[in-house]
Amino acid sequence: MALLEINQLSIQFGGLRAVDDFNLTVEKGDLYGLIGPNGAGKTTVFNLLTGEYKPTEGVIRLDGKDITGRPAIEINREGIARTFQNIRLFRQQSVLDNVKIGLHNQYVCSPAAAIFRLPSYYAVEKQMNEKAMELLSVFDLEGEADTISANLPYGKQRKLEIARAMATNPKLLLLDEPAAGMNPNETEELMADIRYIRENFDMTILLIEHDMRLVAGICEKLTVLNFGRILTQGETKEVLKDPEVIKAYLGDD
Amino acid sequence: MVSFINYLINGLSLGSIYAIIAIGYTMVYGIAKMLNFAHGDVIMVGAYIAFSVITTAHLPVACGVLAAIFGCMLIGICIEKIAYKPLRHAGSSLAVLITAIGVSYFLQNVALLIFSSNPKMFTPIIPMTMMTIQFGVFRVQTISLVSITVSIVLVLLLQLFINKTRPGQAMLACAQDRGAASLMGISVNGTISLTFAIGSAMAGIAGVLLCSAYPTLSPYTGAMPGIKAFVAAVFGGIGSIPGAMIGGLLLGVIEIMGKTYISSQLSDAIVFAVLIIVLLVRPTGLLGKKVQEKV
Amino acid sequence: MKNRMTSMTKASKDNLGTILMLVAAFVIVEILRAAGLVNAHMDGMLVPICVYATMAVSLNLVVGILGELSLGHAGFMCVGAFASAFFSKCFENSMGVFPRFLLAILIGGIVAGIFGFLIGIPVLRLNGDYLAIVTLAFGEIIKNLVNVLYVGRDSAGLHFSIKDQASLGLMEDGEMIIAGPQGITGTPFNSNFVVGFLILLISTIVVLNLINSREGRAIMAIRDNRIAAGSVGIPITRYKMFAFTLSAVIAGCAGALYSHNLSSLIATPARFGYNMSILFLVFVVLGGIGSTRGSIIAAVILTLIPEVLRFMADYRMLIYAIILIVMMIVNWNPKSRAFIQAHSVGKIFGKKKTAKSGKEGA
Repeated sequence: MALLEINQLSIQFGGLRAVDDFNLTVEKGDLYGLIGPNGAGKTTVFNLLTGEYKPTEGVIRLDGKDITGRPAIEINREGIARTFQNIRLFRQQSVLDNVKIGLHNQYVCSPAAAIFRLPSYYAVEKQMNEKAMELLSVFDLEGEADTISANLPYGKQRKLEIARAMATNPKLLLLDEPAAGMNPNETEELMADIRYIRENFDMTILLIEHDMRLVAGICEKLTVLNFGRILTQGETKEVLKDPEVIKAYLGDD
Repeated sequence: MVSFINYLINGLSLGSIYAIIAIGYTMVYGIAKMLNFAHGDVIMVGAYIAFSVITTAHLPVACGVLAAIFGCMLIGICIEKIAYKPLRHAGSSLAVLITAIGVSYFLQNVALLIFSSNPKMFTPIIPMTMMTIQFGVFRVQTISLVSITVSIVLVLLLQLFINKTRPGQAMLACAQDRGAASLMGISVNGTISLTFAIGSAMAGIAGVLLCSAYPTLSPYTGAMPGIKAFVAAVFGGIGSIPGAMIGGLLLGVIEIMGKTYISSQLSDAIVFAVLIIVLLVRPTGLLGKKVQEKV
Repeated sequence: MKNRMTSMTKASKDNLGTILMLVAAFVIVEILRAAGLVNAHMDGMLVPICVYATMAVSLNLVVGILGELSLGHAGFMCVGAFASAFFSKCFENSMGVFPRFLLAILIGGIVAGIFGFLIGIPVLRLNGDYLAIVTLAFGEIIKNLVNVLYVGRDSAGLHFSIKDQASLGLMEDGEMIIAGPQGITGTPFNSNFVVGFLILLISTIVVLNLINSREGRAIMAIRDNRIAAGSVGIPITRYKMFAFTLSAVIAGCAGALYSHNLSSLIATPARFGYNMSILFLVFVVLGGIGSTRGSIIAAVILTLIPEVLRFMADYRMLIYAIILIVMMIVNWNPKSRAFIQAHSVGKIFGKKKTAKSGKEGA
């Protein structure tokens, strides 16, 4: 059974069908790319997947379970985590605390234990700190654990968002333009990081990206969206050779 | 039935005064993006100016009204320049809100020092001989008709000004995106000053009307109508001028009807309860636009 | 890992500093009182100062930590004040002072907490200024309702009315407990500086401990980015309710302290109206939104200023207003703020987290 199955997903905003008849199957362990020109509806697909928008039509299944139209909080608990195109960190909190917030549902500690500083509070804090530092070290951020996250450089903010999403222990990770605003070196590092988490955390990854080097470098399969509809779908190499795709990106001439 | 219609007219009259104040609130909110809590006290200042000119200096009513309008205008501009402008880029709308509260205390205490806390009897702007008008079985207070007429005229003028003149268009532009407006060569400072000038002038008019209808004047006269008008602005959808007008009128009618038919002690509670219900059904007020955050 | 340890101590050091500051202030005041250096007027200010500082801690939890603007906190204080005074009046002759006052404070907190919870259900669905105005509305409604509430007691039990005293139908032996606009008179005079200090201290510890915990981080995550908080599975409504209710409980306890310091408790606008709620907000904003220590310091200073300015007679409230405006501008104007930070004069108001709050991303 596929990890993620999307059937005939559509959403209508007023007169605009932002996503129309979208189908996608992601197998466990896939590193899947979702590409297309600006305004093609890629982020809208993510928003539908994560419960920010409710689809007009269609079904989304995760691990065989229908999660269509459920609220964002529940979808995260079912096992989908995401990053955002316009970075959404908890800006006033430290890098470490950002990841610890991601760990929220992995650990349990009653408010009373926290308020009265019972031993269980210290035990849980210790476990959370260790787990968070482990995740930060994947992205080389452990040295900045105490930095206020808003003060991180842009590239590191994007990585921190991935670490925070990973902290929720998802089955499927959605990355929305993870390399946007990064220089070539940072992009190289990011590609290595994405490969690393796929191998070492058994992660399935679906990502949106414009940087073709990243897409060609790490994605095994691609879906190309244009004007809210699927243009083509398949193995990365085949898709990138498709004349329709080239036309959509570069225009007719 | 006759008394019901009389109460309705009283409600509309009070409501139209709330509406004039609420429009000032809403304009300042829309353009300067701040809750000007001192707005209510500008009403009181306007009323004292009119009182000084008409009752103390025995000048004609028209002089008093004009003095109130221009005095409030001047004070509004000064308040904005001195107290609010330094905080425009503070990054927290709360900071300006607190400063506005400081300004409110300031205005109340200046009035307290000059006029003392003893309430003054305001001379209504309507001559004694014309206090009421008889329409068949209805006897209507002239000031009610004046208030309602003035508020309608003001709203129409304001709509014309905003939609048909260049400064009005500049105000709309600033309300939508201050940064973009300034890139288009619109003077943001000038536009904000103009907004405060218009809003405060309207507060001045409201002060005169309010004290003509309810002729006791004290340094705290403006506070409660100010809050009520703020409620009216939110009621109608803050930032929307027609919304403020509708909100004000509804609030006035609800208040008078609640006072008459339910309980005079609970009239404020009724007004606030209606507000809560409206906001629960329409979370951005009657005419407010729903803004969804883009993900 | 080494880094981690230093920051752990940094956060708890900061909290410890706040608590030590409170204890030190308490000790100093007690020494001054023992030495007879505190005049009767200042002595009378001590309990109100504790009340207002506790209210600042309570409101800071909603405004600074949860990030929602409440303009109705005086309403929760009002509920706590009346509930606790009502309890004390009912059991005035049947319980010892200590257990009765302790119970009264708890009841004040719990009843206010129930109100906070019930009001929170509709209110927390709204956003921004709309939420603020609805809290203001609830605060005014509470004040208004208390003013028409008549409760009396006779051998047949308790009688309630919202009309007037006569409609209670009290028997000969009856006594009024809550007399509408006359409120409650003769609440036992149990509040003192020690109790006030303890309530303030406990509230502060509770809030500080909460902030540095899983729950506190979740609450601040909602403040910083609601959508991101939802995306990592934080139950937003539950934590908003939790913070709001806890804040109401603290406000209720402050109310209990307040009512047991007054011979006649009346729900006047000056005591429990929106003006008061706004005053609490002034403490929080002036103290640096989100800083518990700053809120307490601002509450103390702003409560003392009118007393210190007493020699200026009629001009004192005018000067107070000017001080407030100037302090706000100096504290928040970007230029003067940069100056203060460069010269580190701002330390007294506690740590301000200065994440540039511009527009996020592109």
